[in-house]
Amino acid sequence: MACNSSGCESGGCYGREKENGCKVVDVKETVRLCVKCKSNEPMTFGDGGSDDGRFCAECFRSNVYGKFRLAVTSHAMITPSDNVLVAFSGRSSSRVALQFVHELQVKALKNYEASRDRSLPVFGVGVAFVDESAAYPSLSGGMSDAIAWVRSTVLSLSPPEKDLHVVPIESVFGSDSVEARDRLVKLLDSVSDETGKEDLLLHLKMLSLQKVASENGYNRLVVGSCTSRLASHVLTATVKGRGYSLSADIQHVDARWKVPIVLPLRDCVWQEITRLCHLDGLKTVELARHPQSGINDLVSSFVALLQEENPSRECTIVRTAAKLTPFYFNKIPETDDSCVPMATQRRLKKFNLKYDGSMTTEAFCPICNGPLNGSDSSEDESDALYDACCSSCRFQILPQEPSSLDHFGSLLPHHMISQVKHHQKFDSQTYLREKIKDCLLLDDEEAV
Amino acid sequence: MEASEAKIKKQGASRLCCLCNQRRPVLKRPKTLQQICKECFYEVFEEEIHQVIVKNGLFKSGERVAIGASGGKDSTVLAYVLSELNRRHSYGLDLFLLSIDEGITGYRDDSLETVKRNELQYGLPLQILSYKDLYGWTMDDIVKMIGLKNNCTFCGVFRRQALDRGAALLKVDKLVTGHNADDIAETVLLNILRGDIARLSRCTSITTGEDGPIPRCKPFKYTYEKEIVMYAYFKKLDYFSTECIYSPNAYRGFAREFIKDLERLRPRAILDIIKSGEDFRIATTTKMPEQGTCERCGYISSQKWCKACVLLDGLNRGLPKMGIGRARGGVNGDHQKETKKPASAARSLESKQCGSLDF
Repeated sequence: MACNSSGCESGGCYGREKENGCKVVDVKETVRLCVKCKSNEPMTFGDGGSDDGRFCAECFRSNVYGKFRLAVTSHAMITPSDNVLVAFSGRSSSRVALQFVHELQVKALKNYEASRDRSLPVFGVGVAFVDESAAYPSLSGGMSDAIAWVRSTVLSLSPPEKDLHVVPIESVFGSDSVEARDRLVKLLDSVSDETGKEDLLLHLKMLSLQKVASENGYNRLVVGSCTSRLASHVLTATVKGRGYSLSADIQHVDARWKVPIVLPLRDCVWQEITRLCHLDGLKTVELARHPQSGINDLVSSFVALLQEENPSRECTIVRTAAKLTPFYFNKIPETDDSCVPMATQRRLKKFNLKYDGSMTTEAFCPICNGPLNGSDSSEDESDALYDACCSSCRFQILPQEPSSLDHFGSLLPHHMISQVKHHQKFDSQTYLREKIKDCLLLDDEEAV
Repeated sequence: MEASEAKIKKQGASRLCCLCNQRRPVLKRPKTLQQICKECFYEVFEEEIHQVIVKNGLFKSGERVAIGASGGKDSTVLAYVLSELNRRHSYGLDLFLLSIDEGITGYRDDSLETVKRNELQYGLPLQILSYKDLYGWTMDDIVKMIGLKNNCTFCGVFRRQALDRGAALLKVDKLVTGHNADDIAETVLLNILRGDIARLSRCTSITTGEDGPIPRCKPFKYTYEKEIVMYAYFKKLDYFSTECIYSPNAYRGFAREFIKDLERLRPRAILDIIKSGEDFRIATTTKMPEQGTCERCGYISSQKWCKACVLLDGLNRGLPKMGIGRARGGVNGDHQKETKKPASAARSLESKQCGSLDF
């Protein structure tokens, strides 16, 4: 029940709709007004969701955009000197993210052109679309149409102009597309767990986005994940034993990657996003999706069920998870960047929005990049890859037979496996020794 | 997963228990899907619990320990296994059965008969405490007064205190309950869904209340419900298997269904949920509220009056909504108007789960 206020003015109250099975027209008030501005007629989306018929189109839109802008400014997601890559899947959430980032850029351009000293540059925006047809052959049919549509959509969002990067997911293996595809298929075939396979693809997708971002000079990656998506993630992470790393994934900023990821739509719910697309006529493309199976699908259905029972459940889930302690990298990293305008630098320092990038106290799983909990370390040091991974990836992605681990490691993209080489078992004695070595008089370790 | 399933099927085809390789397998172990014989099942089941007890230092030799016994499968198996392990591994414990009679006709009176039989079967002295004696109200009376909406809250709060009182009467050092892995996984999920970060940080602890009157522990923390049932079935243990007649279509039902489906897809997910619960990064400052004592009865309480006294007072004054939902009047709340929107009170309660795991 979204509406429990006895002072509810809207006639399209969800609770009452449910009772009567049809929309209730409030007999007392002949003129329904937007509850916010109290001057326009409220919009009804007729989608059976909560808060229907409460806000007028303008107020609704400004609510959603307002949340986006607040997230961007309060987390320093996009500053004038940045070059931002928007991950665009063609679906509603990333379509709205792209639209909002574009509007922000347009405004910045207007200000720039109107200002006398032109001191604040306009941030750059690029768009990346990941082509997953190598992993999901069923997508290849509609892919070229989808890409054409994406291209024309990006073209329509100028000025300012935006580069489009179509990224085949197999590009993580290199530029030779035939060999790369082959390697991708081999890798996926060697993962026997359905959920593990899906999750591995998500990790590869992120790797491919990171690759295109860093190769093309972008310093921010915008991902359109909304509250609803994060709510599912909270539950999937919980049921996969990833409770330790969960808080890293659901913040507004995730800077453990080379190109920090920002989530400006984190505080918007799915319903708002679909309504906005409807309101603004934002077209989306729905590729014939490979149906989710396994745990991810089960959790999605569960969340949908909970939402039916209580439309604010998704928000509560994310709010609970937000009370978990984030990591040091859940802030934009401090960089010695002389082209960041002074005003911006001062503001960022004042609100403690950055962290010292040289602080790296966490070890990360080479496959999912999740921070590792100390208790995850394995007892036997049989295999470097096995040791380096988190317990969840060990179970659902790595092969169960120890003898297959070597071969599996050879199938992983270079970026993942190179992490393994650098991962060393944390030896506190060695670590401490490194710190004080210049003051030690005797080389002999037994002198301690 | 498919690879290991194939491997297990192959072993099944070879028709020998994969642990002892001698006897015929008669069951598939819910936790690991291994096909094993009855004897090996008993052995791994009991041994795992023994390891949990030892690794977590749950007991000390010479302690008097009360087993919260409802007559249901969890507490019956707990009583059986604990007394067996106590003998086998010489824990040196003095074990007792402690049962609470909530006064639910057609349910509790039947399950109490089971506990009385357990007393004889396992040779453990039994103490029964009733809500009627402790509070002057049976659950039947309470439900007659308040209906089926908030009854679980009353029962849970009263039972918790009743167990502590009973434990004090028996002069025991510790209380053990039969909460199993499924229960704890459900509670972790529920606390996420409800936004209860403080409970989330406590609910995976194997021992709770160490700074209170009686510490409690859950030796079955990592034991699957299905395996408890299996154990009781094969050992032909005597237990009472009906659900409480007043249990509503509670919110816990959502979580329970989900976990059942999850278990089918990936049995280890239940333990993974518990692991997540243990690993959540929760600041220590978000934990326990300040601990005092109830002015009315002296029981441990973070407010002026303990919850049981608040509820009881409400019942006795014919104001059964007291103590339900947010504190808004009476002893603990501020003395302003009591009229809180009933819808929100009901909603905060509907989302509050039956207090049985209110640790």
